[in-house]
Amino acid sequence: MHVVVFTRSTPDTAAKVEVGGDGKVTWGDAATVVNPWDEYALEEAIVQAKNAGGKSTVIAIGPEMHAEALKHSLAMGLDEAIRIWDEALADADSLAYAAAAAAAVKKLDGVNLIILGKESVDVGTDQHNYQIARKLGWTMLSYVSKIAAVDYAAGTIKVERLLEQGRQIVTSRLPAVISVMKDINEPRYPSFIGIRKASKAVIPVWSLADLGISAPAPKTRVVKYMNLPAREGQVEMIEGTPEEQAKKLVDRLLEEKVL
Amino acid sequence: MSAVFVWIETFNGKAIPTSWEALGAGRLIADKLGVPLAALVFGEGAGAVAAEAGQYGANQALVCEDATLHGFRLEPYAALLTRLVTERQPRVVLAVGTARARELLAASAADTDSSLLTEVISLEVGGDGAISVVRPVYAGKILSEAVGSGPTQFLAVRGRAFKAPTPDAGAKAEIVAVPPALAEAEIATKIEGFEQEVGAVNLTDAAIIVSGGRAMANNPKEPPPGVADPAVWKAQDAFQHVLQPLADVLGAAVGASRAAVDAGYIPYAHQVGQTGKTVSPDLYIACGISGAIQHQAGMRTSKVIVAINKDPEAPIFKLARYGLVGDLFQIVPALTAELKKRLGK
Ligand SMILES: Cc1cc2nc3c(=O)[nH]c(=O)nc-3n(C[C@H](O)[C@H](O)[C@H](O)COP(=O)(O)OP(=O)(O)OC[C@H]3O[C@@H](n4cnc5c(N)ncnc54)[C@H](O)[C@@H]3O)c2cc1C
Ligand SMILES: Nc1ncnc2c1ncn2[C@@H]1O[C@H](COP(=O)(O)O)[C@@H](O)[C@H]1O
Repeated sequence: MHVVVFTRSTPDTAAKVEVGGDGKVTWGDAATVVNPWDEYALEEAIVQAKNAGGKSTVIAIGPEMHAEALKHSLAMGLDEAIRIWDEALADADSLAYAAAAAAAVKKLDGVNLIILGKESVDVGTDQHNYQIARKLGWTMLSYVSKIAAVDYAAGTIKVERLLEQGRQIVTSRLPAVISVMKDINEPRYPSFIGIRKASKAVIPVWSLADLGISAPAPKTRVVKYMNLPAREGQVEMIEGTPEEQAKKLVDRLLEEKVL
Repeated sequence: MSAVFVWIETFNGKAIPTSWEALGAGRLIADKLGVPLAALVFGEGAGAVAAEAGQYGANQALVCEDATLHGFRLEPYAALLTRLVTERQPRVVLAVGTARARELLAASAADTDSSLLTEVISLEVGGDGAISVVRPVYAGKILSEAVGSGPTQFLAVRGRAFKAPTPDAGAKAEIVAVPPALAEAEIATKIEGFEQEVGAVNLTDAAIIVSGGRAMANNPKEPPPGVADPAVWKAQDAFQHVLQPLADVLGAAVGASRAAVDAGYIPYAHQVGQTGKTVSPDLYIACGISGAIQHQAGMRTSKVIVAINKDPEAPIFKLARYGLVGDLFQIVPALTAELKKRLGK
């Protein structure tokens, strides 16, 4: 049994992100962190590999900045880390990333489960999960809040999914790609020993040539980034006793026609 | 003739209300491109929903009511959408970006190697037919303008960003029945059970949201003797007996900060923010929420924000249109009573 988990680095969620004079996105000297949604995926990969006596590998696609997320993953306890990068991916979109991800999974031995986070909190693409599954032709199970049962020998999996209207229980076939929700587990903190081990790890970088593919031409392109328009008007503070505040607020909301 | 396809999402045989917004966005594009607008309706009740789509302006509806499509499953839905796209080469495939729509569009875009842009809040069709969109990125801290390319462009628009067309009771779509792409035996995923969340108002559809934060635990009510965790009891009681009555008189959904969710005061399904739901209601009332940047990420596009907080320095007041400094346990009941009186309830 071999479980692969994907992750990447994102600017710290508290960072002030802006578009600089050069049109590029900056977050000053704020740190980058592992994409918060992926912490649950990393934890689940460790647990699933351990339960089955198998192996876990974490993969990030992207330039050097994403090695940080891999170091964090190794410190948490993932067995191996790989970074995929190639200058040919500089303008790539999710389709190209999904193709690279699928090729990497095929290059690895005996992968039967892929776990990802719900989405990238920064770019919010929300595509890689499904596109990796489709490029591999594997089952896709999204919004998983619990892996109820998994039988690698029989090739079956049963999960609970958190949907907009409630909880759904489904069974399906392995190999599968699953994306996990916050409810699934409590991600562990990296241990001191883990951090030391990870800091010494040399993470291999696979190029597109290593994967035996070439980058498809990007289908989507960012034209520009823009700062938010200033929120018009300042806050109007409503004072008085609670009853007076309530009355004045209702007056305003009725004037604004939001009620 | 190539068209603009709009997927109408259904649940238990009924269209979800924001689906009609997708027809509104689809209409803008179809008119600019001079092509027909086609609704795609799959599953239980598809025929009736397709007729409704006609009233909302669809010229045509491609309908598949097959039993394999009862209840959303990615495999049969994506296979059918991919087949329709391949056979009919639409210029655009569009939907409101709910959880299901986003996975359906992403899967089919991958199958057909097409571009996909999600979380679209506005769009423009250029003279050459190229569609450029604006989408918030970095948790809504900045905006990105992006374009897709290729024969078919997939777009997921954000809920409540586009207006639903006004229905015309006399308008009709041409109904075209299409066969399913997969037979039951070819579908690996089987739905074993479903537990509908009772009384939940879908946050992403809600026109008004009332949210509570960590402060809910400051409920002055005394817990009964012997409760395991008095703070949890107080907060749950406050969500139920202080916030819910306000939500009820407004017909609002109840949201929460992550601090409230993590402390076990209310289930995760209510969390608003960067690692919860992104909402943009007409009115968002934040009660005892400090307004951390990760919370703002999920609600900053709300039209009118009201903040109730005892700390005049709380960051939420920087975002709010109306600020009420004070104790939420006094202000919220007063507000509920005032609204009952004024709205005649
Ligand atoms: C990776 C990451 C992701 C995150 N994602 C999210 C997310 O999705 N959503 C989210 O909300 N947070 C998120 N957070 C957490 C966020 O940083 C804050 O910790 C959280 O939003 C704080 O919740 P709060 O405002 O309820 O609590 P606090 O910050 O503790 O604020 C409580 C407020 O209540 C006020 N108050 C207290 N008593 C009363 C009273 N009686 N009457 C009136 N006011 C009162 C206080 O003045 C204070 O302002 C995330 C954090 C990280 C690191
Ligand atoms: N560049 C990347 N490298 C590795 N994993 C990624 C990358 N981009 C996205 N992912 C994974 O895919 C999930 C969905 O991301 P996204 O489609 O970008 O919203 C994330 O939670 C990650 O687990």
